[in-house]
Amino acid sequence: MAKAVKLIGAFGSPFVHRAEVALHLKGVPYELIREDLTNKSELLLRHNPIHKTVPVLLHGDRPAICESLLIVEYVDEAFDGPPLLPVDPYDRAMARFWAQFIEQKCSMPFWMAVWLDDGEAREGFVRETRANLALLEARLQGNRFFAGDAVGYLDFAACGLAHLLGPIEEVAGASLVGAAEFPALRRWVEAYTSDEAVSACLPPREQLVANFAGKKDKIKMAVNAMVQRS
Amino acid sequence: MAEPVKLIGAVGSPFTHRAEAALRLKGVPYELIHEDLDNKSELLLRLNPLNKTVPVLLHGDRAICESLVIVQYIDEAFDGPPLLPEEPYDRATTARFWAHFMEHKFSMPFWMALWLDGEPQKGFVREARENLALLEEHLQAQGKKFLAGDSVGYPDLAGSYIPLMLDMFKELSGTSLMGDDEYPAVRQWVKEYNSDEAVKSCLTNKEQLAAYFRVKKDKYKMMVKAMLKQQ
Repeated sequence: MAKAVKLIGAFGSPFVHRAEVALHLKGVPYELIREDLTNKSELLLRHNPIHKTVPVLLHGDRPAICESLLIVEYVDEAFDGPPLLPVDPYDRAMARFWAQFIEQKCSMPFWMAVWLDDGEAREGFVRETRANLALLEARLQGNRFFAGDAVGYLDFAACGLAHLLGPIEEVAGASLVGAAEFPALRRWVEAYTSDEAVSACLPPREQLVANFAGKKDKIKMAVNAMVQRS
Repeated sequence: MAEPVKLIGAVGSPFTHRAEAALRLKGVPYELIHEDLDNKSELLLRLNPLNKTVPVLLHGDRAICESLVIVQYIDEAFDGPPLLPEEPYDRATTARFWAHFMEHKFSMPFWMALWLDGEPQKGFVREARENLALLEEHLQAQGKKFLAGDSVGYPDLAGSYIPLMLDMFKELSGTSLMGDDEYPAVRQWVKEYNSDEAVKSCLTNKEQLAAYFRVKKDKYKMMVKAMLKQQ
């Protein structure tokens, strides 16, 4: 009998989403354990003592697998089903390179551009974010998804831009992207969020909006403080 | 016929070292193209326009950037001893987890502790030592020569900046990261790494490396002060 799979996650987290989509695409049944990140459980702290973050994948009774993109690679390798990463080593390298770019260069400027108060600092982050979006637009190369016709690793890595962009912009009252801009990315967002496996683990938009609305003041305070310290 | 392999790298760069050591461990012949990072070549800027850094691996006409992406590519594209374990679980929990730890959790405080002074330095030394304790615990629990087994692999390459730079830490930073009798498993791992045949064959001469960092010291000190202000 297959070993039980459990995923410790938190609402609205794009990192948890990556792990969930990977499991759905592979057809792996799992139990989702909801974590309250403001009051971390003993279970989470025991299984991820070093980073103390979600997602955490538990497969059978072996120690946990942590870090969302590592979980995606594990799910790809440990279970049968359609490949989540490309098969060719060079294509795999490109997927990993761009995922790293998104993680390290895109996420922070995007977050700052959305939540900061107006001013010079925000303008800088908006410029940077738009430059990054242009690179991702070019990367799509007219494909439906980053690696072609099927959802894969790089789409998950970029998922924060997909289902979270709209709700975040709405709650923050910010608009980074004009209605006619980045058409390939817009099509990608549509394709990604309507994919069957993806939409099975996307919370309804209204819930995401409500969730961010609840955290808005806290987030704005934190990002504005970060900028003032420099 | 096999496609030619070239590595664009810089002397003293721990990132270049990761890629070079991976090629040596796999037994892949390659040509090393030396890059002067103060005067970047048109070749580098064309092949790595996004980050403009070394290393860049050229395999035939394919260019791969980012040292850890390169290491994984080398493992997957060429035959030779595997740099990651076979079993998916071990790949995820041991090899990739500890590579991620070395790259994302340890490197920042290590680098900041190296180049900062005074109170800020003390804070990062403390953080680096906490990470050393975690590393020590893992090495002791696992009981193998290297981070994911008995041969040099992906997480060791990710953390190779430690074996490369530990000796000169005190001289460069003015402070000590660990006492002589502290973290014995980490010390042993450093020793094993530096004695590995494939690694040794591409290790920059220690005096050259130390001289390189002495020259760069003021520049790096200025850079980290600016980074700290931005946080």
